[in-house]
Amino acid sequence: MGEILRNYDVLDAFWMTIYLAFFSAIGALVIGTILAVMRVSPVGVLRWAGTTYVNIVRNTPLTLILVFCSLGILYILQVSLADEQSATSIRDNNIRWAIVGLAVYHAAFVCEALRSGVNTVPLGQAEAARSIGLTFAQSLTQVIMPQAFRGAIAPLGSVLIALIKNTTVASIIGVAEASGLMKEIMENETASLGVFLIFAVGFVILTLPTGLLFTWMSQRLAVKR
Amino acid sequence: MTEPLVVLKDVNKHFGDLHVLKDIDMEIGKGEVVVVIGPSGSGKSTLCRAINRLETIESGTITIDGKTLPEEGKALAQLRADVGMVFQSFNLFAHKTILDNITLGPIKVRKQKKDEAEKRGMELLERVGVAQQAQKYPAQLSGGQQQRVAIARSLAMNPKVMLFDEPTSALDPEMINEVLDVMVGLARDGMTMIVVTHEMGFARKAANRVVFMADGQIVEQNTPEEFFTNPTSARAQDFLAKILTH
Ligand SMILES: Nc1ncnc2c1ncn2[C@@H]1O[C@H](COP(=O)(O)OP(=O)(O)O)[C@@H](O)[C@H]1O
Ligand SMILES: [Mg+2]
Repeated sequence: MGEILRNYDVLDAFWMTIYLAFFSAIGALVIGTILAVMRVSPVGVLRWAGTTYVNIVRNTPLTLILVFCSLGILYILQVSLADEQSATSIRDNNIRWAIVGLAVYHAAFVCEALRSGVNTVPLGQAEAARSIGLTFAQSLTQVIMPQAFRGAIAPLGSVLIALIKNTTVASIIGVAEASGLMKEIMENETASLGVFLIFAVGFVILTLPTGLLFTWMSQRLAVKR
Repeated sequence: MTEPLVVLKDVNKHFGDLHVLKDIDMEIGKGEVVVVIGPSGSGKSTLCRAINRLETIESGTITIDGKTLPEEGKALAQLRADVGMVFQSFNLFAHKTILDNITLGPIKVRKQKKDEAEKRGMELLERVGVAQQAQKYPAQLSGGQQQRVAIARSLAMNPKVMLFDEPTSALDPEMINEVLDVMVGLARDGMTMIVVTHEMGFARKAANRVVFMADGQIVEQNTPEEFFTNPTSARAQDFLAKILTH
């Protein structure tokens, strides 16, 4: 086991996992918030677009979405997210498209988490906001969404944990994250329980504190009614 | 004769098959205090909510200070800023401190500076007797305190008229008077008020007129003294008999 840790850069692979998770989480939060606002807006077309997005993306396997980003958009449509001249162009493109795919996919779940948060906000809050003359957008940004986020912290934590684990799917489009390295080690060495254990523990180290943090925050920041 | 501040003409509203507001005609003059009374389900809340368009109406018109209620949008938001509303369940913004509850409207809608809004906010909290609680959150206050804050929040917008929908019915008995006292004070200071309440003490002390509603209609209206001592309609006599036996 020591030999494996000496010969392979396990930390580097987990670093890539964190990198993917961090940027796709930010992307998912931004897109998911926009989707959630669309889904509660009074404009029918926006509501429809938001709902359609969520239903399509949520019911598509993540593998398919990442393969589509890589094969479909990067190779067939030739949409590059990296400098073509650079030596690491292929690697960079794979990583960036993986982040886009992960963000787009998890945004649907962020949207649903936020909607459950919106449902924790009593109707009277929106009525009070409107009755002091706030516009719809102001009611949303000043009154509804701040409370919705606080009510959605626990489900958002679950989405983040799922996202961290789902970064493993990025290995299929050639991103060298943790599970990719695990497969590589298992192919090169005799597959052992030890190798598996190293990576399993690695993921637990990432996800367990995340879960604890979000549980703590959801209690700390809960809106008292 | 000045134009009445709030005018309802021929207002009708249904909830599905239920006709909740039937040909409502009503005028409220500047500085007038009108108490709306009537059995549960008679449409009092709906009437209140229609006046600042939390409920839409199907026919008829509602004008406030000569302006017809606009469709949902910026203009409606502006008009709502001029119409204060106090709810039965207070509806203070749960994630904001008491002072921030008061200053949100002045800052975002009236575009006041923060320190200016806070100075006025503290004066209003002083006036309703909860200045000590300015930095607390709504859930840390008693119901009576929360309702007084809700009144201060409305006042901070300098409304032309204030609507109260059963402001004391969610309160423990010992807290009712602290809220009614604030409302009587407002009435004395000349605020135009439409108050849905069964508090006869308040009606006698502060109201110019009592409007009795039943089944979505205005059945009778009179001065508080006349209405409570000599109700003319059978519905009103029946209703008063019921609330007086308690
Ligand atoms: N949003 C709604 N949808 C359907 N029916 C409603 C709604 N709001 C009120 N109603 C009905 O309309 C009638 C009048 O209600 P309301 O104005 O609240 O009466 P009040 O305040 O006098 O008790 C009641 O029968 C009530 O059940
Ligand atoms: Mg009511």
